[in-house]
Amino acid sequence: MSTITCPECEAQIELAAGTEVGEILVCSDCGVDLEVTALDPAVVQLAPMEQEDWGE
Amino acid sequence: MQRRLKIGVLYSRVRVEEKWIFGAMEKRGIDYDRLDDRVIHFDLNDPKPWQEYDAVLERSISYNSGLYALRLLNAFGVPTVNTASVAEICGDKLMTSAALARDGVPQPHNMTAFTPEAALEAIEAFGYPVVLKPVVGSWGRLLAKINDRDAAEAVLEHKSTLGSVQHSVFYIQEYIEKPGRDIRAIVIGDRVLTAMYRKSEHWITNTARGGEGELCPITSEIEDLCLRAAKSVGGGVLAVDLVEHPEKGLVVNEINHTMEFHTVQPVSGIDIAGEIVEYVMSVAREYA
Repeated sequence: MSTITCPECEAQIELAAGTEVGEILVCSDCGVDLEVTALDPAVVQLAPMEQEDWGE
Repeated sequence: MQRRLKIGVLYSRVRVEEKWIFGAMEKRGIDYDRLDDRVIHFDLNDPKPWQEYDAVLERSISYNSGLYALRLLNAFGVPTVNTASVAEICGDKLMTSAALARDGVPQPHNMTAFTPEAALEAIEAFGYPVVLKPVVGSWGRLLAKINDRDAAEAVLEHKSTLGSVQHSVFYIQEYIEKPGRDIRAIVIGDRVLTAMYRKSEHWITNTARGGEGELCPITSEIEDLCLRAAKSVGGGVLAVDLVEHPEKGLVVNEINHTMEFHTVQPVSGIDIAGEIVEYVMSVAREYA
């Protein structure tokens, strides 16, 4: 299991098994949305802000 | 020997729904590509790479990206789920209302106007309260319940001054005293797979806004209404949202063409992702 560091608050977050590239995680410490951009090794970035035309 | 079909899945984020869809593809041994709409590009002089796909499932989170991708793919002759035409109608509440009105499908009373002055006149004729909705938008965002003329004037001015030009298409809907819930039904092709009550104390019952899900029995009325609504917008993989109107009975509130189903799949126990994949494969086979 990989551990990543939140780029916002530096919290250590463990990635769950089955995590996919493109998945959004929420930092348990600061609540920011993080996007998984790579898995081996695991990399996360701040997720893009919600846009007006986003939705289902 | 039959050729192996190739499927594309267009997406922006891997939400739980996309994980389930990818899982369903892999479980069936389907040859598919993941197409991130933030990375792909289209060369209009060279459609061949896209024409390799027997069908593309569109799951974009951005309405604009998804819609234009579908338009291009359909122009290239690539079958898509859903079609660009369905996305055009379902992604725009006014277009949806127009299609439902054309086909006599019950819906809330809606009006539209293109200037704040004309919108105010329409609202005054309607009586209060009313709901103002952006024609494009989702997850219950930017909905405004207007209780009186002061609020109407303020919101209309804010929308016309601060919003994009699209916010100057004023979509006005009667406010419905619903029983603390609405109904979301999943329609795939000519079947209503399942339905769920979305409960909330708030007048906005969207589960993206914290509404809770509970299984709703599919009555013949729900089934008939959902199939008529789906047919009216062009059909495919759709979520039909119904409201229980105190006088009119069930009415169709909106129809989503790239629906989320993270609540309804566990609540219903139905493998919606698997059903979507089966439908995409049937579309691919039809055109192969």
